[in-house]
Amino acid sequence: MATASALAGHGHDHAGDDHADHKLSFIQRWLFSTNHKDIGTLYLIFAVVAGTIGGAISGIMRLELAAPGIQYLTWFTQGNLDASYHLWNVFITAHGLIMVFFTVMPAMIGGFGNWFVPIMIGAPDMAFPRMNNVSFWLLVPSFLLLCGSMFVEGPAGFNGAGTGWTLYPPLSTSGHPGPAVDMAILSLHLAGASSILGAINFITTILNMRAPGMTLHKMPLFVWSVLVTAFLLLLSLPVLAGAITMLLTDRNFGTTFFTAESGGDPILYQHLFWFFGHPEVYIMILPGFGMISQIISTFSKKPVFGYLGMAYAMVAIGFIGFLVWAHHMFTSGLDVNTKMYFTAATMIIAVPTGIKIFSWIATMWGGSLSFKTPMLWALGFIFMFTVGGVSGVLLANAGVDTYMHNSYYVVAHFHYVLSLGAVFSIFAGFYYWFGKMTGKPYNEVLGQLHFWVFFLGVNVLFFPMHFLGQDGMPRRIPDYPVQFAYYNKIASYGYVIMALGMVFFFLNLIVSFASKKRVAGNYWGEGATTLEWTLSSPPPFHQFETLPVIK
Amino acid sequence: MTTTLRDRAKRRTGSIAAGVAVAMIGLAYASVPLYRVFCQATGFGGTTGRAEAAALPQSDVLRGLAGRTIRIRFDSNIGPGMAWRFAPRDREQTIKIGEKRLAFFEATNLSRATTTGRAVFNVSPDTAGKYFRKIQCFCFTEQTLKAGETVQMPVTFFVDPDILKDKDAAKIDEITLSYTFYPVDNPAPEAVSAAGTPSGISVKNKG
Repeated sequence: MATASALAGHGHDHAGDDHADHKLSFIQRWLFSTNHKDIGTLYLIFAVVAGTIGGAISGIMRLELAAPGIQYLTWFTQGNLDASYHLWNVFITAHGLIMVFFTVMPAMIGGFGNWFVPIMIGAPDMAFPRMNNVSFWLLVPSFLLLCGSMFVEGPAGFNGAGTGWTLYPPLSTSGHPGPAVDMAILSLHLAGASSILGAINFITTILNMRAPGMTLHKMPLFVWSVLVTAFLLLLSLPVLAGAITMLLTDRNFGTTFFTAESGGDPILYQHLFWFFGHPEVYIMILPGFGMISQIISTFSKKPVFGYLGMAYAMVAIGFIGFLVWAHHMFTSGLDVNTKMYFTAATMIIAVPTGIKIFSWIATMWGGSLSFKTPMLWALGFIFMFTVGGVSGVLLANAGVDTYMHNSYYVVAHFHYVLSLGAVFSIFAGFYYWFGKMTGKPYNEVLGQLHFWVFFLGVNVLFFPMHFLGQDGMPRRIPDYPVQFAYYNKIASYGYVIMALGMVFFFLNLIVSFASKKRVAGNYWGEGATTLEWTLSSPPPFHQFETLPVIK
Repeated sequence: MTTTLRDRAKRRTGSIAAGVAVAMIGLAYASVPLYRVFCQATGFGGTTGRAEAAALPQSDVLRGLAGRTIRIRFDSNIGPGMAWRFAPRDREQTIKIGEKRLAFFEATNLSRATTTGRAVFNVSPDTAGKYFRKIQCFCFTEQTLKAGETVQMPVTFFVDPDILKDKDAAKIDEITLSYTFYPVDNPAPEAVSAAGTPSGISVKNKG
């Protein structure tokens, strides 16, 4: 649906310009696409589809968790209880991997990054347009492999990889002899290759293709955020690729990297994984920081407060992000001095993050605020991310984490920063740029309804998880003692409210794409100062054929 | 800027970035030997030290310790798929720091076939790892037992007096030495060193 409408929107605009004489066929335009805007659109559609699947899986999980006992999982397993328990592990694994690799990353980096980084720096396209196409089309087989892994044998007698998104050995090696984990590993290889190629593309584009006068210190903060993200991808993803390749050879070719009985060390996998995994969480949030900066500035009609501080805060977050990985491993037997270092280093991240939060608030201070839908999402983001950040500082304490580790408190924490932080910034960006991307206005009433219902829903959904965690409820369990029933029920009600909010989102998509109205080039007015607002909405198929000059 | 100049710059940046990615994959693999060296050098994660008999402390050092003792506990486990009975002869010993001691473990092959096993060892608490020095151990080689056979397996060790100079480890009054026997599928023709990973050995991945 979205494809057809987006195509119609572009086609309309396309017919008018001087490229009409070599109009591309559907296959040429969308399968062999080398245009950064078209690839960005493909990424966004992909993220919406994958996010819907990942969200539906979490719906089944919340349904099962609404009350103690196993009520619904047995529907999928012909009443076999052991198979239901394994199915639960498959669900949490799939939910995590889909949301991280196939929803948040494609939407932020692939989608908005592709769409707006070249435009914001005044470039005609990405540096390597064909490689850009490869990046996207690697993601599709990767996603299919992951979905397919749910239907082939994992552990003996059961289907799917139930390892969690971390794929720790020995569960992922001797615990899953079937091909499901091999498929999941290959899926991550492809997704990783896709992101590494994308990162190379962004770094080259941003470093080499800025318009005359667009110095690094004049770049919009969204471009800064994507640049830092691309460096994080480039440095961290190959480590994941190496670690999961070792897993693959341990599983199939008799190597013993992580097999204790032959001189390997399973803890080494955890170190490698989290050396990737921690930068990965910043990869998911940094582009969001960038978008929020643009949006807050636009709707405050003021430039961002402390521009350089904001840019270098992101650089600092990215740098420190590589030095804190073992705070995910506080219970793996690190000695007390190591834990002390990782506790302190982790807490230091709160400093640049605090700079960002306070600079956003200072940007709004004394500004001429208007509370349009993107601004609401941006404000929601700041609130959510602050709550998640505070629980993060708490978890950073190795002593406290010994109690909290693998509890629902951790689940609450990372959903506040990701499900609510990253996803809120994606929605903020979506509403902010919807008119720019399609040429049509989104529906303001439905957008605001979407925000308020979703905001209420996710808070009802995730806030009680703090209490569950502090009461000692472990994560990754489908059933629980009856004393956890109360807050679990509330959390499941929260899911229903959140899902209702998503109904308004899809309704809004339908209404907006069907709209006959068209928006102007700069429909946000004087607050929107970056280069995309100097172009028509949607921008021409090839923009900046003569490079803009930045004063 | 001309187009070719800009293209060359793009290609250079792209190649450097790709090189960085390849280097990071290399670093991931390099971490395997580096991590092993790091664990052996620091005793990180309870990796025990291996020592020659000559490394035993001099008698004047021992006299200086005035007979300080430490309790050693022995723990034994059997990996999945291993039909052996395996237990220490003594649960614990109290030994003088710096003194060479001998402890025995007893293993019986309960299966009806000749089986080869390899013992993996660890020391708890972790910080004691680098001060627990083994001179000889059955865990340095693979062990083959015929059906029904019982053997006594010795380990010769001492606790390095330097443990008293380490402020994190000085207060430790009890060290646990733990072994787990895992089955070996294709035993090596000759004994292999415990320090390195035996090559050409695939290990049964059961359960």
